[in-house]
Amino acid sequence: MSMIAGLIGYLRGNEKKTAVVAKERLQIILAHERAGRGAPTPDYLPALQEELMVVIAKYIHIDRESINVQLEKHGDYDVLELNITLPDKMRNNR
Amino acid sequence: MSKVIVVTSGKGGVGKTTTSASFSSGLALRGNKTVVIDFDVGLRNLDLIMGCERRVVYDIINVINGEVSLKQALIKDKNCDNLYILPASQTRDKDALNLEGVERILNELKESFDYIVCDSPAGIESGAFTAMYFADEALVVTNPEVSSVRDSDRILGILAAKSKRAVDGLDPVKEHLLVTRYDPKRVEAGEMLSVTDIQEILRIPLIGVIPESESVLQASNAGTPAIHLDKSDVADAYRDVVGRFMGDEGLPMRFVSVEKKGFFKRLLGGR
Repeated sequence: MSMIAGLIGYLRGNEKKTAVVAKERLQIILAHERAGRGAPTPDYLPALQEELMVVIAKYIHIDRESINVQLEKHGDYDVLELNITLPDKMRNNR
Repeated sequence: MSKVIVVTSGKGGVGKTTTSASFSSGLALRGNKTVVIDFDVGLRNLDLIMGCERRVVYDIINVINGEVSLKQALIKDKNCDNLYILPASQTRDKDALNLEGVERILNELKESFDYIVCDSPAGIESGAFTAMYFADEALVVTNPEVSSVRDSDRILGILAAKSKRAVDGLDPVKEHLLVTRYDPKRVEAGEMLSVTDIQEILRIPLIGVIPESESVLQASNAGTPAIHLDKSDVADAYRDVVGRFMGDEGLPMRFVSVEKKGFFKRLLGGR
């Protein structure tokens, strides 16, 4: 069955050449690996999140889950992204 | 100023030692005082490829440990006047190769050699790291095959981040892509990554393409670096690599497309 399908594909000329598949696979995996390599997720991130938590908790009542620290790569520079979701009540007071 | 060149790849079996042997021979044939060092401690093979295995008395570890002088350990090549080989140890383990010791040896070699070629072991362990650490330039040997390309990319990352040049904040290690075991016929059939594909993925300048050839095995059988073979496309390709490395201009990239046999060539039975 697959042989017939392969043959039909071949006759139609739409069978993807393996070299093309190889290139696509490499481009995807290497983009992923390079992103992880340039800045390996720094090990200070959890500690940073913890300390920020303590500071913010002094002023606002928030849960552990509502604060998120992330390091992202945008081309040549790294972006430290800090996301704090304020509790509903606070937002209502505004 | 002498130069340290590492021949590296990450993946094993892609042609590092074959390349180290031919590249260093080519440099020497052009009148450069050259030394080629085997960094594969525990699995030395450069001596076999260079055909000097029976003349190995001392090795790099003996020199590092101060048991013998560098002069005592260097083996003069049988084919080239300007070429010397520093073998790896076969009995010691790779941890015997330390950065301080290697740096001392390289500095001493720099006093009398123009080019120091370091044949790296496969992998990214300490042996491979030590081989690349002091490099000024790197030949990244890559086969047109997914795992080899991926490993080359990994090695490029390490060269850019962890080599001495990177650590000291000097100009980065100059990287050259060398594609080996290339088969233009299979590339044309869409069965093999093309040189252009590999270059596009790895994004470093191409220094040459070595065609897949039966003569590489014959060269290793005989213990003669492939560059010395008569009428061999591999020898021509390695000579081109050396030429480009030394700055020869206008060398066309050969062996990248299927050779169309001309009428006369067919008549004369040329390959």
